[in-house]
Amino acid sequence: MAAHLSYGRVNLNVLREAVRRELREFLDKCAGSKAIVWDEYLTGPFGLIAQYSLLKEHEVEKMFTLKGSRLPPADVKNIIFFVRPRLELMDIIAENVLSEDRRGPTRDFHILFVPRRSLLCEQRLKDLGVLGSFIHREEYSLDLIPFDGDLLSMESEGAFKDCYLEGDQTSLYHAAKGMMTLQALYGTIPQIFGKGECARQVANMMIRMKREFTGSQNSIFPVFDNLLLIDRNVDLLTPLATQLTYEGLIDEIYGIQNSYVKLPPEKFAPKKQGDGGKELPTEAKKLQLNSAEELYAEIRDKNFNAVGSVLSKKAKIISAAFEERHNAKTVGEIKQFVSQLPHMQAARGSLANHTSIAELIKDVTTSEDFFDKLTVEQEFMSGIDTDKVNNYIEDCIAQKHPLIKVLRLVCLQSVCNSGLKQKVLDYYKREILQTYGYEHILTLHNLEKAGLLKPQTGARNSYPTIRKTLRLWMDDVNEQNPTDISYVYSGYAPLSVRLAQLLSRPGWRSIEEVLRILPGPHFEERQPLPTGLQKKRQPGENRVTLIFFLGGVTFAEIAALRFLSQLEDGGTEYVIATTKLMNGTSWIEALMEKPF
Amino acid sequence: MDWDLKEELRDCLVAAAPYGGPIALLRNPWRKEKAASVRPMLEIYSASGVPLVSLLWKSGPVVSMGWSAEEELLCVQEDGAVLVYGLHGDFRRHFSMGNEVLQNRVLDARIFHTELGSGVAILTGAHRFTLSANVGDLKLRRMPEVPGALTKLRFVLDEDSYLVPELDGVRIFSRNTHEFLHEVPVTSEEIFKIASMAPGALLLEAQKEYEKESQKADEYLREIQELGQLTQAVQQCIEAAGHEHRPDMQKSLLRAASFGKCFLDRFPPDSFVRMCQDLRVLNAIRDYHIGIPLTYSQLVLRRLYPLAIQICEYLRLPEVQQKDVSDEDVARAINQKLGDTPGVSYSDIAARAYGCGRTELAIKLLEYEPRSGEQVPLLLKMKRSKLALSKAIESGDTDLVFTVLLHLKNELNRGDFFMTLRNQPMALSLYRQFCKHQELETLKDLYNQDDNHQELGSFHLRASYAAEERIEGRVAALQIAADAFYKAKNEFAAKATEDQMRLLRLQRRLEDELGGQFLDLSLHDTVTTLIVGGHNKRAEQLSRDFRIPDKRLWWLKLTALADLEDWEELEKFSKSKKSPIGYLPFVEICMKQHNKYEAKKYASRVGPEQKVKALLLVGDVAQAADVAIEHRSEAELSLVLSHCTGASDGATADKIQRARTQAQKK
Repeated sequence: MAAHLSYGRVNLNVLREAVRRELREFLDKCAGSKAIVWDEYLTGPFGLIAQYSLLKEHEVEKMFTLKGSRLPPADVKNIIFFVRPRLELMDIIAENVLSEDRRGPTRDFHILFVPRRSLLCEQRLKDLGVLGSFIHREEYSLDLIPFDGDLLSMESEGAFKDCYLEGDQTSLYHAAKGMMTLQALYGTIPQIFGKGECARQVANMMIRMKREFTGSQNSIFPVFDNLLLIDRNVDLLTPLATQLTYEGLIDEIYGIQNSYVKLPPEKFAPKKQGDGGKELPTEAKKLQLNSAEELYAEIRDKNFNAVGSVLSKKAKIISAAFEERHNAKTVGEIKQFVSQLPHMQAARGSLANHTSIAELIKDVTTSEDFFDKLTVEQEFMSGIDTDKVNNYIEDCIAQKHPLIKVLRLVCLQSVCNSGLKQKVLDYYKREILQTYGYEHILTLHNLEKAGLLKPQTGARNSYPTIRKTLRLWMDDVNEQNPTDISYVYSGYAPLSVRLAQLLSRPGWRSIEEVLRILPGPHFEERQPLPTGLQKKRQPGENRVTLIFFLGGVTFAEIAALRFLSQLEDGGTEYVIATTKLMNGTSWIEALMEKPF
Repeated sequence: MDWDLKEELRDCLVAAAPYGGPIALLRNPWRKEKAASVRPMLEIYSASGVPLVSLLWKSGPVVSMGWSAEEELLCVQEDGAVLVYGLHGDFRRHFSMGNEVLQNRVLDARIFHTELGSGVAILTGAHRFTLSANVGDLKLRRMPEVPGALTKLRFVLDEDSYLVPELDGVRIFSRNTHEFLHEVPVTSEEIFKIASMAPGALLLEAQKEYEKESQKADEYLREIQELGQLTQAVQQCIEAAGHEHRPDMQKSLLRAASFGKCFLDRFPPDSFVRMCQDLRVLNAIRDYHIGIPLTYSQLVLRRLYPLAIQICEYLRLPEVQQKDVSDEDVARAINQKLGDTPGVSYSDIAARAYGCGRTELAIKLLEYEPRSGEQVPLLLKMKRSKLALSKAIESGDTDLVFTVLLHLKNELNRGDFFMTLRNQPMALSLYRQFCKHQELETLKDLYNQDDNHQELGSFHLRASYAAEERIEGRVAALQIAADAFYKAKNEFAAKATEDQMRLLRLQRRLEDELGGQFLDLSLHDTVTTLIVGGHNKRAEQLSRDFRIPDKRLWWLKLTALADLEDWEELEKFSKSKKSPIGYLPFVEICMKQHNKYEAKKYASRVGPEQKVKALLLVGDVAQAADVAIEHRSEAELSLVLSHCTGASDGATADKIQRARTQAQKK
């Protein structure tokens, strides 16, 4: 089914199968035909777990989106609500149930809470007088969703905002629960490392939960050697910079949602189709992007500047392969050729798609404005002129470039200068408010609260120390054949990934001083294993580290970690988990407040 | 047996609880003494015969006794009344088996156990059965049918003895001994059978030889390994250890298992570990002083749950008599006995303690409960909401915290509730979140209580957008916000909010005087709209009033005029004074509007640094090359070269190449 999930060092299909089984079991509990009423936010993540065919096999005949008033008519025995535990959704459900036509055939109602049942929500349903209407009220603990062979995400949009703006750590609780599920399937992780306040919290919850489960001793041999929990808060810089890997740029420009991207259709118009080709398709081209596609797996993590040569090389190989048909003389040879044809055609389709995408991206990256923006970003990250008002940012505001772009740049400057001088900060803020509207003062307050934007307080700028010690800026970057993770940002090595790299070798003790400058505690916990489960590592066998980004991770960081996994003498392979796959734009957007 | 019986067992009513539980004796039953001149004694002993309690029987004649699954003693009287006593002879309650029984008297009675709990079955004088399947939830059922013959089994023993059925055998106790008779488990048989060649037996032998430092150990081990039965051997030894009652035998079997494990690469350790733990518990309670001779199979079946109750009750015994023992000590004593044994539910024990009115003890016991999902609801039930709150917070389960919060909100008055929140920052932020979506007014009160002026400011700012329609209302809300920001010492936000009020009023006036849409435009857009509408004077005035920086104002005007395609006005503007943004933006914007003619006008005024760029923009590659050569800038040269794409650019390209080679020579 999802073969690409089992390619990696850890077979994540095990997790996918486990959650699919849980879903089937629930559906079978509600005997007879059914309709599912969806909390719209869940449909994307669910798509990665179960296609419609699975639901259909279990007698799901209709699907609706959750909205107020009466449910659409459906001749089914069961109505099942798939919802997140949110009070406002409970109100809608109650409205649905109460406006049910009493003259019609009676239908059974059920609720499936994702990922957790909530007493608060059930109380609300009770207050609204409908709690008794539900036969099954259960939870579906879909915390970590497998996206790829080495990638898991909770797809919880508000995680960073909730933790740092609202002080609501619900998502951390879910993260800890997710880790418990993972450990139940892949064994207890013997060592936990972490950096940051949220990381500490999650580790505490995990240790606590382990105590709760003492009844069931885990006797699975551990697949992961250690877990590294990293707070987004520790590295606010990386997501603000423009990602320069292929996948990163697709995400920056078009936005990847639940592994799908929607692209402008013009470049994908069918060619050589005679007259039919005249009409351009108007609907966006939707493509799924994951390592199931061979070509994509090869180029996704490359610096975009190295993608073109791979594509042209591939093009030559494929056309050569098609030419082979002229050499096929005997029936046997022709048969062999034909048998390879589907694979070759798929490869050709894939190549055509990615050539089109690369062209689309190139249009952007070769634009002057992209170049200017990148120059400013790189200046900031390498420590040039971070302490005064930047001309380019000023011009962007004056020309009313998208607000998020401006905010990303100002925040980047602030982070690279350990906060801005009060005068500089006030100037930017005033310019933004006058140009984009005073209502954005709420957004600015949010950014300040999250630490993305701040006045420099007394102490000197600590970024240069961090940059030098962690070697965050590399002048001699090789984009084609990289030797260091800095290739993913053409010079800047993502701080978060550098921390992971240094933990694996030579250990964090070497960077104690910098760790103290970065926010939040750093720690190490051991989860004792019975002697029989302790791993005897074969010589040359790599360690497997699960790295969990609390508050989101970018595709460029993922690419950097994959680069480290592939290093011959790296010694560590990474599986990545996160609360949300994000980029600077989606991150800032989640922190913005639009009062009207 | 430790007891000192004055009577023969056959003269007593006897009831022994299953799972190695206590034994109750009722002396002088009525059938012996026709005239009940002496009141009988009810005595309860542990399975090892240690007396637990003895009391005078003051009620009516008893026909039968038995123990319920909760270890309550049920005494069925002749009249069908059932009296319920606790382990220590404390009277709990009584119930009746109905009128029919009362009339016909009880002929015989039995206590039995089902999934539902413990039941009572009664055969009445009218040869009818009446039964209740669960004494906890009494529902009487009458069976119409009269039974046939009864089958009886009889054992002849040395002394008068009494038999207790257990699930895996039978307990036989008499005045002097208490024995357990059961079928030898297969594993034990295989290991201890004379001349057994079972892998477990060989492993045990091997281990013994090893301790003697004899090389025979190796021979035995080899034999097992050759048969590929080492895993099986280890399993057998572990299992057999569980069936042994004597610790020394257990030890030697476990030692053998552990010895065998060393030669296995991957043997899951949990079975070994669990067996060690279980045996520790079993040995502890089999101890003479506690006297609960459980077998391993019984332990497994009980899932340790009744064990917890028993230990709890046992420990409460001294405390009932000695009032000076604190709850904390009792709780600690219980914890020391149980530790973190898998499956032990402290909340169950605590619930029981609470049921007995020992609230403090229950709270102390709950300290040891790791599952907050169990802990918190019970604390709420015991009205320890504040403790429940801190426990819920500790767990990180926000849903649990919310539940406690809503509970507290109903329980406390508003002031106390707020004070409680104040001391729990995590709960406070969760509650704020809740209020943001559900009770906006409360949110304001919370900020007020904490003197959080910054958030109050934001609150009123939001309100001015969301709640207010009329300008006056919006401005008023903004005024409150500005005041709050001042109090928060956030001068910037206060000033910005005042600016916003000013802008709103002004926009209102503009709409009145000029018509059109101004409200809710940004300051920048307001000025642009004025310029586009030809109200240049007002635009100037506005930008002066709000001190729009010169640079941005130039961009603004430039963009607005280009949008209008008012080239004449643009040129006039460009000459009004020296441009603070240079002239490249003029070139760019004209080209954006596809007006090369206008663009060229400004290209000549672009400063040297951006000259090449400007010339390239207007398509003058040749002149761009000249400037680049003059600048001797490699970057500029390659930039121009990259623009040499047309057929006519050949000469220019050559020129650049020549300049480059010349530059390299130098």
